[in-house]
Amino acid sequence: MSQKIRVVIAKPGLDGHDRGAKVIARALRDAGMEVIYTGLRQTPEQIVGAALQEDADVIGLSILSGAHLHICPRIMELLKEKGLQDVLVVLGGIIPEQDIPSLNEMGITGVFMPGSPMQHIVDFINKSARARVEQI
Amino acid sequence: MSTVKTELEKTAARAPQERTEPFRTISGRPIDRLYTSEDVRTLDYGRDVADPGTFPYTRGIHATGYRGKFWTMRQFAGFGTAAESNARYKQLLASGGTGLSVAFDLPTLMGRDPDHELSLGEVGKCGVSVASLADMETLFEGIDLAGITTSMTINSPAPMIFAMYLAVAQQQGASWETLSGTIQNDILKEFIAQKEFIFPPRPSMRLITDIFQFCTQQVPKWNTISVSGYHIREAGATAAQELAFTLRDGVEYVQYGVEAGLDVDAFAPRISFFFNAHSDFFEEIAKYRAARRIWAHVMRDRFHAKDPRSWQLRFHTQTAGVSLTAQQPYNNVVRTALQALAAALGGTNSLHTNSLDEALSLPTDEAVTIALRTQQILAAESGVSDVVDPLGGSYFVEKLTRDLEEEALAYFDTIDRMGGMVAAIERGYPQAEIAESAYRFQQAVERKEQVMVGVNAYVQTDETPIDILYIDDSASAKALAQLEALKRRRDGAAVQRTLAALKAGATSGVNTMPLLLDAVRTYATVGEMCDALREVWGEYEEVPII
Repeated sequence: MSQKIRVVIAKPGLDGHDRGAKVIARALRDAGMEVIYTGLRQTPEQIVGAALQEDADVIGLSILSGAHLHICPRIMELLKEKGLQDVLVVLGGIIPEQDIPSLNEMGITGVFMPGSPMQHIVDFINKSARARVEQI
Repeated sequence: MSTVKTELEKTAARAPQERTEPFRTISGRPIDRLYTSEDVRTLDYGRDVADPGTFPYTRGIHATGYRGKFWTMRQFAGFGTAAESNARYKQLLASGGTGLSVAFDLPTLMGRDPDHELSLGEVGKCGVSVASLADMETLFEGIDLAGITTSMTINSPAPMIFAMYLAVAQQQGASWETLSGTIQNDILKEFIAQKEFIFPPRPSMRLITDIFQFCTQQVPKWNTISVSGYHIREAGATAAQELAFTLRDGVEYVQYGVEAGLDVDAFAPRISFFFNAHSDFFEEIAKYRAARRIWAHVMRDRFHAKDPRSWQLRFHTQTAGVSLTAQQPYNNVVRTALQALAAALGGTNSLHTNSLDEALSLPTDEAVTIALRTQQILAAESGVSDVVDPLGGSYFVEKLTRDLEEEALAYFDTIDRMGGMVAAIERGYPQAEIAESAYRFQQAVERKEQVMVGVNAYVQTDETPIDILYIDDSASAKALAQLEALKRRRDGAAVQRTLAALKAGATSGVNTMPLLLDAVRTYATVGEMCDALREVWGEYEEVPII
């Protein structure tokens, strides 16, 4: 397999709790992916902009603040606008169970709760993003 | 090896065979099977331990411990609108809570109004929305500020929020002379761990020393700062790093206060601390004892404080949110109880116990009640409040206390050589240490070297989700409407005048508190006041360290 999977890890909104995002970024890097961490307090526009600029295969969002149902639709909308609908979007953080169907419906199938093993996330991305990378 | 331990090895050879795993605390510190008098050979009771209420306060700052004064049962709370949180506070006080603790939402914490673009979806979600004095009035409606103590977890906009609280107190007729409470106001740990910074480090430190100065003159019973390790620990630090970085932050604040011209004994007695109560039971108890000893020496020997109250470390504790699981959430009641016990055995002066649904959402009323009852059971039924420092003299605990102290002091040396904590932060030093510890911990969990019941052991695949508090967007709609109405009825010209004066004062170096009080009384908003200062000082942007 030639190409490394390119992942943008982002902290959208005002939340500054970045332990999870940083640990996952490092785990993905250790698993052989190319990882770009955007840093804190990114708007959906900035995140999609970074994905475009970095030619990302995956966007990983970390949201612990409860703002996911505002942020995620906006990101999915912008990705579509920019022709980036093939980018895999995964989400981690504090997400109520009852919100997961809405997130799935908007195209976010990888939603990772607290306690998710890093390996599950690596495997999910490898499986789902790899398929997309190979399609191109 | 000593003869005692050689004999021990012979006895151990006949005992059931030991597990072979490396035996370490959750922080990675190796621990022995047994501790004996050998391990504390050089410990001197009078010099190192001493009675409670006696320098260096290892055993506690009060001679009578909890017999004289129970720890304050101070449950952190806040969500939605000020009216909703006001109801929760009244409920907590009616249930036996003995102090208030305010959680603000992210827009408030970040100095943004509810109508700012970045506030979308965030209003009232993680705490209460407070945009102006009007919200603060509602938040404490029917609560007598003269009769309680309130802790407010606010950092970058602490001066604005504190000014609002003072204004409400004044409206109620409560005297500032006797007003008591705490503002967290600890910006260094924001740069290190919690990341709720706005302005760059140096102007941020100036805002803090302004508050030190203002309170020494006008609000003498107020705890001007709660130097925090909780967030540093939650971000992934070990116990030793939590201890070291927190206390070294404290040193930095005292240094800046002294350099601002204050007499150390005028403000140091009102410095307070805030620690985590994590899962490794004995390590936590030792950490609190080491903290008191280190601080006593720092204040007497490094800063030459003369007032014993300057030497006495007072602290609030919160049980470790990061240790609680989304899986099998009722297990969290047990975790919280053990952590609260460690805090009590460590002599905490104030305690918040997390709710069982911590990893899922803000707590339901039922979960909050169980958390409060946990403290009440601890205080009333376990006997721990009847003896001061009951584990004092334990070979293990005294050895651990000393080991943690030494490790913390080594970090002090490193940071001192870098030029202090602000300099260390600018180099990314504590941030890098924490990122490394966080990653190592996660790897340990992945390898099952660190067991987390329900997560990587004793997993249940058929769990029924529990009911959680679902915070919707109704608070946002209300907050926006209130803000709009406020802007229509207030004197806009007066607001602008006070904001201009604030900017001028920020530039000229006068104390910002009187200017903020003026602004707050015109119903200037948190966003407006912070934006005024953003114009003067700019915003801090961190270089992320993974």
